[in-house]
Amino acid sequence: MHANVHVISDATGQAHFKALHDPFWVRWSLVGVAVGFIVLFLCVPLGLVLYQAFSKGWQAYWTALAQPDAIAAMQLTLVVALITVPLNTVFGIAAAWAITRFEFWGKSLLTTLIDLPFSVSPVISGLIFVLMFGAQGWFGHWFSAHDLKIIFAVPGIVLATLFITFPFVARELIPLMQEMGSEEEEAALSLGASGWQTFFKVTLPNIKWALLYGVLLCNARAMGEFGAVSVVSGHIRGVTNTLPLHVEVSYNDYDVIGAFSSASILASLAIVTLVLKSFLEWKQART
Amino acid sequence: MSILLNNISKNFGKFAALYDVSLEIPEGELVALLGPSGCGKTTLLRIIAGLETPDFGRVLLSGEDKTEQHVSRRGIGFVFQHYALFRHMTVFDNIAFGLRVKPRKERPTEAFISKKVHALLELVQLDWLADRFPDQLSGGQRQRIALARALAVEPSVLLLDEPFGALDASVRKDLRQWLRNLHQELHVTSIFVTHDQEEAMEVASQVVVLNQGRIEQQGAPAEIYDHPANAFVSKFIGQTNIFDLSETESNWLQRAGILAEKPQGIFAHVRPHHIEIVKAEEASGSPVTLKDWQHLGATIRVELFNPQHNGSGATLFAEMPNERFKQLNLNKGDRVAVHIKQAHWFN
Amino acid sequence: MTQSNIMPGFRPALAYTLFYLGLVVLIPLSTLVFKSLQLGWGEYLDIITNNRVVSSFRVSFGTSLIAALVAGVFGFVIAWVLVRYPFPGKRFLDALIDLPFALPTAVAGVILATIFQPSGMLGKWLMSSLGVQVAYKPLGIVVALIFIGIPFVVRTVEPVLQEFDTTMEEAASSLGATRLQVFAQVIFPNIFPALLTGVSLAFARGVGEYGSVIFIAGNLPYVSEIVPLLIITKLEQYQYAGATAIALTMLLVSFLLLLFVNLLQLWARRRSGQI
Repeated sequence: MHANVHVISDATGQAHFKALHDPFWVRWSLVGVAVGFIVLFLCVPLGLVLYQAFSKGWQAYWTALAQPDAIAAMQLTLVVALITVPLNTVFGIAAAWAITRFEFWGKSLLTTLIDLPFSVSPVISGLIFVLMFGAQGWFGHWFSAHDLKIIFAVPGIVLATLFITFPFVARELIPLMQEMGSEEEEAALSLGASGWQTFFKVTLPNIKWALLYGVLLCNARAMGEFGAVSVVSGHIRGVTNTLPLHVEVSYNDYDVIGAFSSASILASLAIVTLVLKSFLEWKQART
Repeated sequence: MSILLNNISKNFGKFAALYDVSLEIPEGELVALLGPSGCGKTTLLRIIAGLETPDFGRVLLSGEDKTEQHVSRRGIGFVFQHYALFRHMTVFDNIAFGLRVKPRKERPTEAFISKKVHALLELVQLDWLADRFPDQLSGGQRQRIALARALAVEPSVLLLDEPFGALDASVRKDLRQWLRNLHQELHVTSIFVTHDQEEAMEVASQVVVLNQGRIEQQGAPAEIYDHPANAFVSKFIGQTNIFDLSETESNWLQRAGILAEKPQGIFAHVRPHHIEIVKAEEASGSPVTLKDWQHLGATIRVELFNPQHNGSGATLFAEMPNERFKQLNLNKGDRVAVHIKQAHWFN
Repeated sequence: MTQSNIMPGFRPALAYTLFYLGLVVLIPLSTLVFKSLQLGWGEYLDIITNNRVVSSFRVSFGTSLIAALVAGVFGFVIAWVLVRYPFPGKRFLDALIDLPFALPTAVAGVILATIFQPSGMLGKWLMSSLGVQVAYKPLGIVVALIFIGIPFVVRTVEPVLQEFDTTMEEAASSLGATRLQVFAQVIFPNIFPALLTGVSLAFARGVGEYGSVIFIAGNLPYVSEIVPLLIITKLEQYQYAGATAIALTMLLVSFLLLLFVNLLQLWARRRSGQI
């Protein structure tokens, strides 16, 4: 009894952190395990990308990135993100508004359905669009008769990416707007503001960091999606290869520099995403 | 602006928040909607504001039917319970909001807005806080800024939802007085919601008592206190001793004077200050003894024990001025004779 | 309530939400169901009881389960350390946890394959010192899925641990409990439901994972071929019916498992008095 009380008062000596009464060796071996794991599994891979990409020097790196196929892949990746991210952002805002500001029948079902793409394997996400638009698919005949290519073409990639990144923005906004409540919006309305004025002057400033956060995650996934896109793309070099697919194709061709130079671009994207994410989390926490 | 509510009903799912409520509020009054939590008072306030639409009934402001009119066109000022200040705007921008969102034709110039905002800040005595953000303010300051923001659009009705609910006891006292003074200065018809009967009595010129979605009584504070319309109001406003004549033995009540008048119901409600006590001899036959007392400042609350009763009649409370209690020179356990001056009868 | 709400924009917002949800998610997903309905019961059973298909299910669910459990252990330790102990570089490591979320799976796949292949930096060492080959074996799949699963565990456990009322611990030790007893009887029961959630999320993600796995897996039929890859193989051979049947089965099994885990969670929460 006495000893325990003593331990507690030891801990309260470090007033900023009460719960520190684990023995020294426990503390540091756990820190060791955690840090070791993170370094081995997360830091080493990141370092390896750069090591491999530059293993033959700058020159080889730039040559690999300047290949027409690599440039086409980057362009396609940007185009896909530029189409899908705004569409899913508008949807996310509309869905969050409807779900958090109103009561209606079937609301929880709707919330569940919005999350549905997260629980579907990327490969299946691609498969369903092949089933719809492929040669044997529902609309396949109609589209091929009109000479429109969906599958093994850019529209298919866009559709699959839309499906995969569908929940990101809505998912960030719904809990935040739920928690915020609608009092501020009611106040704006009571002061004579119109619906759009209320949204742009009160709602949007309050959710902007979470919105950017959702957009950021949505974008990272849109640019990095592999499984679903792989199913619908057809891997046509220079035409339907996104950057992740270009990594795959190069790797399978034993083009190490080609694979890892493109991978380094995607890894930098991931790091920028993580940095911005930490920044946005910090910003959101302050509002 | 006068307010007239006709047969308002409102349900949330199966829960009846308001049932057939009719109410008339003359221009310039400061009205308290008073009742226990869940009685429908906030819903009623939100219906007047247009934040909620009634299922049945009409809302008339200055005689005009505004039931269907949207909150943003109703010209009311609403102060929210947790103030709902826009946290991303400075105090100045918060107060200016209502003026800046006006349609371009009606929108005043920035110079006018600035003058008006500063005038309002002076009115609420917080001019030095113009550039602060809401989370840099104390609760009482936020409250006053919320009020200034509502007043900026020159509302014809001011509606306040639990205006003092989230404040410390001492700040609350000051703000009550301040709100009363402000109302006398501006004379805008004002309604506030509260569950604190003391607050309602102290601040309001008219009190509306609500319970379970119905209005129990409306009137000036004194009227409600002195002439409660029913048992609920009597119990809810101030302290009351309740005697159940169907259960208690009435001998000593007769002696206490309460049955001198003819019983007009089953329950006698007696205010503590309507009970007078004097020291009694052991032989006097009075069963009542003094159990304890508490200082409430100028008055003393005396706790009496009557062993001949069980249940709620066993402990009585009487109140009297401090000096009077000293004159009586009573100690714990002393036998006392009780005289009841006045009672309200309910069934 | 719907009509009486004064907030603007209900109809357009909901209409757009439903329209877009239907167009992008529900209609495409329904093709899977309709396509399967076109299969006869016998045909369906033939496809999914095929040895290669059954093996791939065993590989996918088995490796995902093992990986989720390992991620559960390490994820818990990491979350604990990040919440409880101050040490230099903590903020940096905390941010790095999300790397598997942010890093495109194909990139993760080629990196892990390069590290763990027999000539790779870790692969070589594991081979020579322990005689273990990771890449091109089921073990490689497990490694990739641990990488993918770790942030799910850390990010579900972390907030619960953060909000854990430490006065409960103080109360327990003031009543004479040892530190280990405090952990086992006070802390862990409160964290367990969240840990279970994290592990099941990691598991669900692992079953469907494709990009990070295929490079390291070796993709040997009956041994290290995962279900998503088999679906793609069938598609490439224009066996749409086969792909559909396997996909639907995988979705159904995943949903059933998630349902089971949800029930388990409910039970755990009840037991620890969180409901």
